[in-house]
Amino acid sequence: MKKLLALLALLTAFAAQPAVAQLRVDVTQGVAQPLPIAIPDFVGDPQAGANIAGVVRADLERSGLFRPLDQKGFVERVTNINTVPNFGSWRSITAQGLVTGQVTQQPDGRLRVDFRLWDVYGESQMLGLQFFTTPENWRRIAHMVSDAIYERITGEKGYFDTRIVFISETGPAIKRVKRLAIMDQDGANPIFLTNGSYMVLTPRFNPTAQMIAYMSYISAKPRVYLFDIETGKQEMLGSFPNMTFSPRFSPHGNRVALTLENGGNSDVYVMDLRSRAIQRLTSDPGIDTAPSFSPDGRQIAFESDRGGSQQIYVMNADGSGQRRVSFGAGNNGTPVWSPRGDLLAFTKQQGSRFTIGVMRPDGSGERLISSGGRDEGPTWAPNGRVLMYSRGLGGGAGSQIWSVDVTGRNERRVLTPGSASDPAWSPLIQ
Amino acid sequence: MIRFSSSLKFSALSAALVLGACTHKQEAVTTPPPPPPVAAPAPAPAPVASGILPGSAEDLRVNVGDTVHFTLDQYNVEESDKALLGRQAAWLQKYPSVRVTIEGHADERGTREYNLALGARRANAVKEYLVSQGVSTGRVETVSYGKERPICTTSDEGCWSQNRRGVTIVTGGANS
Repeated sequence: MKKLLALLALLTAFAAQPAVAQLRVDVTQGVAQPLPIAIPDFVGDPQAGANIAGVVRADLERSGLFRPLDQKGFVERVTNINTVPNFGSWRSITAQGLVTGQVTQQPDGRLRVDFRLWDVYGESQMLGLQFFTTPENWRRIAHMVSDAIYERITGEKGYFDTRIVFISETGPAIKRVKRLAIMDQDGANPIFLTNGSYMVLTPRFNPTAQMIAYMSYISAKPRVYLFDIETGKQEMLGSFPNMTFSPRFSPHGNRVALTLENGGNSDVYVMDLRSRAIQRLTSDPGIDTAPSFSPDGRQIAFESDRGGSQQIYVMNADGSGQRRVSFGAGNNGTPVWSPRGDLLAFTKQQGSRFTIGVMRPDGSGERLISSGGRDEGPTWAPNGRVLMYSRGLGGGAGSQIWSVDVTGRNERRVLTPGSASDPAWSPLIQ
Repeated sequence: MIRFSSSLKFSALSAALVLGACTHKQEAVTTPPPPPPVAAPAPAPAPVASGILPGSAEDLRVNVGDTVHFTLDQYNVEESDKALLGRQAAWLQKYPSVRVTIEGHADERGTREYNLALGARRANAVKEYLVSQGVSTGRVETVSYGKERPICTTSDEGCWSQNRRGVTIVTGGANS
């Protein structure tokens, strides 16, 4: 019934003001003018209500697509989310969207979170959702609210209820301690997964975000390991006489593409996780490494210096059809296939300058999207609209994680506990 | 309305995982102040061959030389380093129980994975040279650290050239 009423309101609004388009943000071009949106603290439990609304505001603001308005300027005070807001008062403070929410403690101790997204000019409810969770899960609920708002307004899946696995760096550059770490997408809840007694590099999530593949120097033997987040168990992937590195899961998570070094030569292989059978995909005397599956699992991008300089190549997942795709200036490496399949992100190196770029999988349409000069190792948000990467600070000053829209707009630092590198973005948490 | 399950289980991380905050050390209030500085000790004498145990790790490092260098993005052993590696090979033949690991390193001008591969090439080039000089292949292991273990951190050729290196480390069987 409520849905029907909302629909009626929407229709009425269109009839009355046919010139007003429905609230919508186009994420494909990047927006210069983020959408003004009012997100008052959720009513009900005042502390939880303020906390959740605060995380939603921060999520949407960081996306660069929204401009949460300062609560101090609000004319109307929301006290009951089950009544229709006074849209005129929200229009008067330039809000185009309005989010009202309520947090209540259930008799069984769980939190119940309701929220509604309103189109202020269309004078209609765009979305109404309800969540139940344990109180300690409130941040996840906030991220789910952000994802729902983002999806309703942009038409794209959100990326806020996600986590980042990364390398935490401490100590001087010549004796850097590198630990495997994980945190929420917004930098909250950082946890170290290894103790720093051995170096770890290049972690990557599997498609369920339960498993991490990474490289570890445990026992001074650099090999690819798997880390089970639920159990904390680490396991060497296979048993090889020489270095294994640059792992990346297949889209279904049943295989890992990785690099094996033998006699100084590095080649790309793929291992089936159940049978542990290994298949060699490249056999060139050049360096072949940094494999990344296409989202349909049929192709693998990788880097090779077989042509005289480090460049990006694409091959079929069985190793056939290897072809160079990057022909832009400088060296090009670390290709990472977008979850949408439409682009490869990569690291371009010109002299000592490193920049993140994107190009189509055939190498056309190259664009550079980061501005740091020491940026490398891109990772995609699960919706393929935002990337993170490492930004070195130079002179042994450590490294930070930054994010940027695929359009090149909205470049920002991602908060980490201290120096950090090698981010890998999880899929949306299930 | 959508109803989400109550558990929302993105598996809670195991309680055994260590939080970074635990590394803070609480300083006891009663800790006495450090003693006043005394006269600086005399600088350690420059190492001389006679003070180093022959066949020890220090013997290799100080009297033979443990490090060779490479040109940018190259991994061939330089002519100028062949004499040093020849001495390493002779030393290894003189002390046949010694085992070594060759570390291959790169400067910062390469992506992480590429430099791991490049470091492996360099370590292997050193190993092959030692083997060509008669060292048995089973005594020489290799490891690449890519650009992860620089010995200096400025962004100039003087520093980069030091970081592009192969280092022979004694891992066992040496006198001590």
